[in-house]
Amino acid sequence: MNEAKTATLPGVWQGGGSPYAVGSKKLGMWLFIISDALTFSALLMAYTYLRLSTPNWPTPFHFSPSIIFSSVMTFCLLSSSLTMVMGVHAMNHGNRKATVGWILATMAGGLTFVILHATEWKHLIVDEHVTPFGNEWGVPLFGGTFFTLTGLHMTHVIIGVIYLGIIAFAVGRNKFKAEDVEVSGLYWHFVDLVWMFIFPLVYLMSAKI
Amino acid sequence: MSEHTEQVEHITGATTISFVTVWIVLLVLTGVEILLAYEQVPLHIMLTALIGLSVVKAALIIAYFMHLKFEKLSLFLTLFPMLMLCIILMLIFMPDSMRSLTMRPQ
Repeated sequence: MNEAKTATLPGVWQGGGSPYAVGSKKLGMWLFIISDALTFSALLMAYTYLRLSTPNWPTPFHFSPSIIFSSVMTFCLLSSSLTMVMGVHAMNHGNRKATVGWILATMAGGLTFVILHATEWKHLIVDEHVTPFGNEWGVPLFGGTFFTLTGLHMTHVIIGVIYLGIIAFAVGRNKFKAEDVEVSGLYWHFVDLVWMFIFPLVYLMSAKI
Repeated sequence: MSEHTEQVEHITGATTISFVTVWIVLLVLTGVEILLAYEQVPLHIMLTALIGLSVVKAALIIAYFMHLKFEKLSLFLTLFPMLMLCIILMLIFMPDSMRSLTMRPQ
């Protein structure tokens, strides 16, 4: 089949060449990732802008427990990226059983992140009385930007866990190809990548010893 | 058989060891970031260092985990200049934030 394909392939100038040498699914995911990266960079810039233009921006995250807590969350996401890449690797070698295992480990990492994040939100809302519309420090924009940024990111993680669940289920039933796993991996790594900006800019920049 | 050759063709460059190495480097860089927060370095140095480290981490994730290092260069050249241009366009508004601080009615 491969030989037949190469034999009938017209030259680059006849429209035969694949300019990116990736499948349409993968290219589609890359285009989505770029547009989503712009959404997140717009939100991060809005946060930076508002922070710079507001006097007395609160820095409510004590090193212990808030920063340590969010560091553990970062560790969960980073490690889930490693298990995801192992899953893609296993699938490329045709090992479906190992792939399912790695993807389930990735989902566990993502779920831990969501649970820890939800605990953190609960602490902020219930104990520190921070809402998207106001707080005790008189800087309502803090809650507004914090919950928008982390909320959109958490939505991405939750969607990612569901997406990976579907992929793991299908791979376990001998459906889907290596490319489908790789494309879901791209999405997952992107969610991890966004956190690599949110964690320093939102948490570490607001740390208080 | 044909499927097999297709798969072998697909695996290039990245190995399990390289993934673990990248993961460890990412953890170390995160550790450095947390240390900076703990030491409470001046805000502008902190911001510069954090952005720098984050860009390095993002590049590592994109290159190795997202496999872009091993894709055709044309894919990178199509996706990233556009992203950079849009981010730079957004940054144009940033100096205004300092201005609005002094314009605030007292």
